[in-house]
Parts: sequence; structure tokens; C-alpha cells
Amino acid sequence: MAEEVLLFGFWGSPFSRRVEMVLKLKGIEYKYIDEDFSNKSPSLLKYNPIHKKVPVFVHNGKHLAESLVILEYIDETWKDHPILPKDPYKIANARFWAKFIDEKYLSAIWKSCTSEGKEREKAVEETSELLQFLENELKEQKYFGGETIGLVDIAANIIGYWLEIFEEAFGVELLRKEKFPKLCNWANEFVSVSAIKENLPPRDKLIAFLRNRFGVGNASK
Amino acid sequence: MAKNDVKVLGAWPSPYVMRPRIALNIKSVNYEFLEETFGSKSELLLQSNPVHKKIPVLIHGDKPICESMIIVEYIDEVWTSGPSILPSDPYDRAIQRFWAAYVDEKWFAAMRGLRSAQGEERKAFLDQVTEGLALLEEAFGKCSKGKAFFGGDRIGLLDIAFGSFLGWLKVTEKVNGVKLLDEAKTPGLVKWAERFCADAAVKSVMPETEKLLEFSKVLAAKMKGAPPPKN
Repeated sequence: MAEEVLLFGFWGSPFSRRVEMVLKLKGIEYKYIDEDFSNKSPSLLKYNPIHKKVPVFVHNGKHLAESLVILEYIDETWKDHPILPKDPYKIANARFWAKFIDEKYLSAIWKSCTSEGKEREKAVEETSELLQFLENELKEQKYFGGETIGLVDIAANIIGYWLEIFEEAFGVELLRKEKFPKLCNWANEFVSVSAIKENLPPRDKLIAFLRNRFGVGNASK
Repeated sequence: MAKNDVKVLGAWPSPYVMRPRIALNIKSVNYEFLEETFGSKSELLLQSNPVHKKIPVLIHGDKPICESMIIVEYIDEVWTSGPSILPSDPYDRAIQRFWAAYVDEKWFAAMRGLRSAQGEERKAFLDQVTEGLALLEEAFGKCSKGKAFFGGDRIGLLDIAFGSFLGWLKVTEKVNGVKLLDEAKTPGLVKWAERFCADAAVKSVMPETEKLLEFSKVLAAKMKGAPPPKN
């Protein structure tokens, strides 16, 4: 049976890009539909009536939302290039960090970029603490997944690529090389992987989009 | 397996703590329940969950596993001789995980909001809770396929995720004078809730509503009495 694989995404979203990264990693053919934030398509709203967000993944008519749920589904369905380890304890650890990244990082980074004064200082400090957790978790590995890209690397795409773009767009410094040498190294390795490289939104386009849509940060540098 | 090879750090009122306990019961795994004192965190907790410093934590041998639903999946993957908690089909698994995340991130967040909200805000949270229950009623129909639980014939991941909140749901009904699970609006869930609470794996760890109600008053008083947060 011919597989039908569809992905509804947004070119700038780290969440829908995560799904594309895994599809590319596993060599899965798919059709991509780009959504306009301000004008969501009827299909998107039909497939994700609860959250009304991207990504939405459709496989042979069966639809799924929530990027981490989608990633595990893809990993269980297409067995090449697994992104989860086999050992249950290591799997639990990977899920822990992926969930943690989703819950805390984007909002802390966002606050660091868009707030001012004392609130910004607090957010920057919080972001620093969060980055330290990941710096420690890397240990001596090339990737969070070990020798190859895994679930946590993909979930951390926000840090691997989007973070630097936020820094540039809003004039904030969060991922300092002196403080987070392993994380910076990891980010370089991450974006060099071809399945990842092919799936990064163009830097200048994204910076311009962020500045236009959310205003250049009234940045106190 | 020796009893002290498996420990659960937790507290009886916590719905999150119930989850791994139900999972271990399903698998007939003996464990030691280490209760945290309300209002303080033990050294063991701080060491085993340095990131969140929260219960529950499962300690298996010397390995700590944190986050209730991650613990449940771990239990399912380690003790494979017992009944399965997750279905085998990847899509069914994804649907269970999707709804479990929804219950935690959206539905219970609204339930929590209800606790201290007043007036218009309270009505808004109540609406969200009720809408959520309507969605879950629909999900129940699809997932159960006419059987007793979201997981089919037996309790599964989503039953555990959602069912663990039933104690607090009953408390919320009493405190707010509302009926949230309703024979008219959510008939499937009403019957499901009865079956869930009566299940052997759940009965011993589901707190009595009266006890939980008393505890919620203690919790509310403590929250009111707490000094204002420093900026």
C-alpha cells in the first residue's frame, strides 16, 4: 500500500521542524503544507480542533498532534535510524529531558527576549540555569543521544538553532561560549547533520519575521 | 523481586503519585512507599529529583525515574510479564499519550485554576473544565470501542492519567457545589469512573473523598497563611 504522509507546519516553527528533521533522518517521503499563523487552514482546524496548532501529522488518514507524541509515533512506525534507545531507563531519561525542554525553555527564552528591566534579568538568570542543566547532561557525548542524534537532540533544536536567532533578533546574549562550551559545541555538531541542516528555516528570514511580528526588543543591552 | 528494590517517593493526596502506584499494582510488583512529610522535602527526594524536586519519584535499584507518566511507561517497559498498560499499535499508543498530555497540561490546569478563582474567572475555568470533560467523553467513546476502559478491557495509560484525578474531581464538585461528571452530559465517563475506582489496582491507593476534602482545607489554609512571595 502506498504510504500517505502529510505534515502541516509553519516554516519558522521549531516544533514542526522537529517532525521534518526526523522524517528526513529516516528517509520518509512526505507532503508538506505550510500554515499561515493568522489564517489557519480548515484542514488544520479539522485535524487539530483541540490545540489548533502545528505540527499536525497525518499518516494514511490517521492524524496526530503534539510534536513529541508525533516523534515517538514516527520512531515506532519506521524503524530505521531509531531516535530512542532500547534500554527502558535510558528511554525514560530521554523522555524526561524532552518534556523538560518543552515545558521550560521556550517560555524562559521568550521572556528573556521580550521583557525589560528586572523581569528580563530574572528571565535571563532562569534561562542560564536551564541551559546549565543541559550543559551538565551532555557529559562527554557528541549528542544527547550518544553517538547519533536522538529524541533529546531533536527536542533541543530550539537551543541548537533558534536560540541564536532569538539572540540576534532581540539583542540578548544567553548561550555564552565560556559558560556553556559543551552546549555550544553540540549546537555546531547538531546543525551540521544533513537531515538537520536541510530543515532549518533561513536565518535572515526568521530574524526579519521575529522583528516584524514581535517588534525589535526595546533592548537594554 | 525483593520489596526494597522498588521504592516510590510520594504522598497519599497526590494524584501524580497515584499513577506509578496503580501501574505497579497492575504488574503485581511489590514496592516500598516512602511518604514525604507535607511542607518539607526529604534529602532523598532532593537527591533523586534535583531538577524538579517533586514527587513522585520511582527508585528502581539505585536508579531514580521522575515525572509520573514517564514512570508509568517505564514500569510498562520493564515488567513485561504483567498485563500491558500501553496498547501495541503505535497509533493507539500515540492517541493515549496525546490525551494524557491534554489532561495534564490543559484540563487539570483549569481544575487547579478553579481552586482559588472568584467571579468571572471562576466561571471561565468551570467552562474550560466542562468543555474538557465533553472532549474526554468523546475520546472515551473512540478509545474504549465499547469496552470498559480507555485502554479496552483493562486499565491503560489514559485511564491512569485521567482516573488519578477523580478524587480531586469529587472534592471540586463538593467545594463548588457543581456536578462535573453528569449522567446526562458524560454518561460514558460516569460509568467509567465507577469502574476505575472499583478496580483492584486502584482501590487501595485512591484516597477517600472525605479525607481529601479535609486535606484540601489544610492546603487552602496553608496557602492563605503563606507569606507573600518576595520579588
